[in-house]
Amino acid sequence: MEIIYILISISFLLALGFLTAFIWSVKTGQQSDLVTPAMRILMDDTTSTSEKK
Amino acid sequence: MKEQTVQLEKFSYDNKIVRNFAVATIIWGIVGMLVGVIIATQLFEPAANVTQYGSFGRLRPLHTNAVIFAFVGNGIFAGVYYSMQRLLKARMFSGFLSKFHFWGWQTIIVLAAVTLPLGLTTSKEYAELEWPIDILITLVWVAFGVNMFGTIVKRRERHLYVAIWFYIATFITVAVLHLVNSFELPISLFKSYMVYAGVQDALVQWWYGHNAVAFFLTTPYLGMMYYFLPKMANRPVYSYRLSILHFWALIFIYIWAGPHHLLYSTLPDWAQSLGVVFSVMLIAPSWGGMINGLLTLRGAWDQVRENTILKFMVVALTGYGLATFEGPMLSLKNINAIAHFTDWVVAHVHVGALAWNGFMTFAILYWLIPRMFNTTLFSEKLVKTHFWIGTIGIALYGIPMYISGFTQGMMWKQFTPEGTLQYGNFLDTTLQIIPMHQMRAVGGTLYLVGAIIMAYNLFKTMAQGSLTADEEVEAAPLKALDDVEYKSLHWHSWLERRPFQLLVASLIAILIGSLVELIPTFMVKSNVPTIASVQPYTPLELEGRDIYIREGCVSCHSQLVRPFRSETERYGEFSKSGEYVYDHPFLWGSKRTGPDLQREGGKYPHSWHYNHMMDPTSMSPGSIMPSYPWLFEQTLNTAKTQDKISAMKTLGVPYDAYQIKNAVNHLTSQSKEIQAKLAEEKITVSHDKEIIAVIAYLQRLGTDIKKDQ
Repeated sequence: MEIIYILISISFLLALGFLTAFIWSVKTGQQSDLVTPAMRILMDDTTSTSEKK
Repeated sequence: MKEQTVQLEKFSYDNKIVRNFAVATIIWGIVGMLVGVIIATQLFEPAANVTQYGSFGRLRPLHTNAVIFAFVGNGIFAGVYYSMQRLLKARMFSGFLSKFHFWGWQTIIVLAAVTLPLGLTTSKEYAELEWPIDILITLVWVAFGVNMFGTIVKRRERHLYVAIWFYIATFITVAVLHLVNSFELPISLFKSYMVYAGVQDALVQWWYGHNAVAFFLTTPYLGMMYYFLPKMANRPVYSYRLSILHFWALIFIYIWAGPHHLLYSTLPDWAQSLGVVFSVMLIAPSWGGMINGLLTLRGAWDQVRENTILKFMVVALTGYGLATFEGPMLSLKNINAIAHFTDWVVAHVHVGALAWNGFMTFAILYWLIPRMFNTTLFSEKLVKTHFWIGTIGIALYGIPMYISGFTQGMMWKQFTPEGTLQYGNFLDTTLQIIPMHQMRAVGGTLYLVGAIIMAYNLFKTMAQGSLTADEEVEAAPLKALDDVEYKSLHWHSWLERRPFQLLVASLIAILIGSLVELIPTFMVKSNVPTIASVQPYTPLELEGRDIYIREGCVSCHSQLVRPFRSETERYGEFSKSGEYVYDHPFLWGSKRTGPDLQREGGKYPHSWHYNHMMDPTSMSPGSIMPSYPWLFEQTLNTAKTQDKISAMKTLGVPYDAYQIKNAVNHLTSQSKEIQAKLAEEKITVSHDKEIIAVIAYLQRLGTDIKKDQ
């Protein structure tokens, strides 16, 4: 049953990786604004519909 | 903050790659669902098993692989390539990698469609493809990752929208899962043995299997939900905060839930309980996502009434809610005791697959394609038709399967007042649920018809519009952080510039390191036999086992007797982990369409198996098992026997040099013994036919521990 220790280590490493990513995201301000990103995706950035080829 | 005039950069989004993945989604979806309807039919009409290449055992993995990796897979890539470019305000990092990803993935699918009916399979669920294809999958997946991280790095939007986080988690975790579950020792181009054996293999498999559901069927779809649902309804997601919160909670909890697939198996109790606890906890982040999706539509239900695309999304989210409520329930031991190995689990996964994955894919396709083709949908009416046919299809699929699963699960456990099994003959429980299987096939067919209507509608839509292959856009470049911001981040500045390379590189480094260090350790240890009487398979039995794998017997027959009185009465002594130490791969199975075979050895004479494989109904009238006439015609290929034994020795199975050298001789003499036994029972057969090896294997199953008694 040694495999379980490997799986737990790998799962743990993955979780650790995610944790690092989470800390990174907080420290770099990714999570500082939790309102406008939801609005921003609704704005279309296409140059203009009329000049579409 | 000082005003700056920012020069807008002109660039374009690659829509062609999205179109390609979308078309592939439609085509493979229909193929996968069609195979699904065929195998559903085979479960009540054995005559639908046509030739060895079309038998249930070989088509079932084709169905699962086609719908998961071909239909859903291409659907993910279409949705991800579309939304990611827009969320990051950047064109895909590399046009070449996009193309490589697309054609590579289609090649994998075609290879799967060829090899699986040929019986080339590892037998591990959702990881059946043989080792060369596994390597190709790795390459294509890495290409996808590089393309994704490249795009993230050159983005013009500093904030990574929550969908992007879901995509990153998908990429990383699927990569790790695939690597860990693909450790195979090749014997030839078409055959390999799993490095892991028995319980260990089972644990790796369901760690993989469960997380494949989590990170292939769930996280990318949640990500797409967070992009496409607000876009479709033209309103922001209900709570962006909740989306972030449930994302992190979900990915931290999901990884630990795998052992719930192995309750009451020989896995240690603490590991089973760990799986249960985390599975129950999962309900919170899962429902967080569902509620967030549904509440996004608050105040917009009038739109839902008018807009069929939103209707698809509502059914998808409802299906997700149902499946993620049911999942934790099914992982409770007392419910699992009834539901496991029955159609209940089949119903559970199909609610997830048909509603959550299928319906969201349809909604996205209906939304995407007219936009990229500068047109409107060819027919709104057909979209409505599709929606209703599909929804009825899901109901007609799900409801009978729940009834079937519950019925059979209870029948297996039913005792008479005298204390004997009420339904001692397994076949009685099979025949009871045949009407439910017929109804399920009707439901599946309706769902397929819906998908075909969609294909017609969408291809007509594409024909009437014209694709904007490169959608011109402009956006401000990512502005450098000003001094104050920069100072607050100083030691992060390096990380800020290269976070993803760092993440990937460190992960790979850690994984390689730990694998190199650990694999040799457990390869040796895992094969210390814990039960003295358990011996390795003879060469003939091993060849028989490989045929058992080739024919996909494991799709319908488990090899795991759980420690319940109802099972020990029916099958015999419950399973011990020490019995599986030479099983590369393990063959516990996950479904009992037929009875468990763990204690099959010695139950019947050779002639019974001979006749049963030739025509199952001759021994069990009414049986729905297909017949296997080709096993009686094909000569057993012994060219690789010696290599196989030798490979097993490499994996730690204690064969000695003499046994390896004389493998074929030993095989021949054992097959002649079986031939002679059959002759006593008035059956004449040549000793070199495949059926002899199958009989040898079946008669060996579970007999070793009886020697102790």
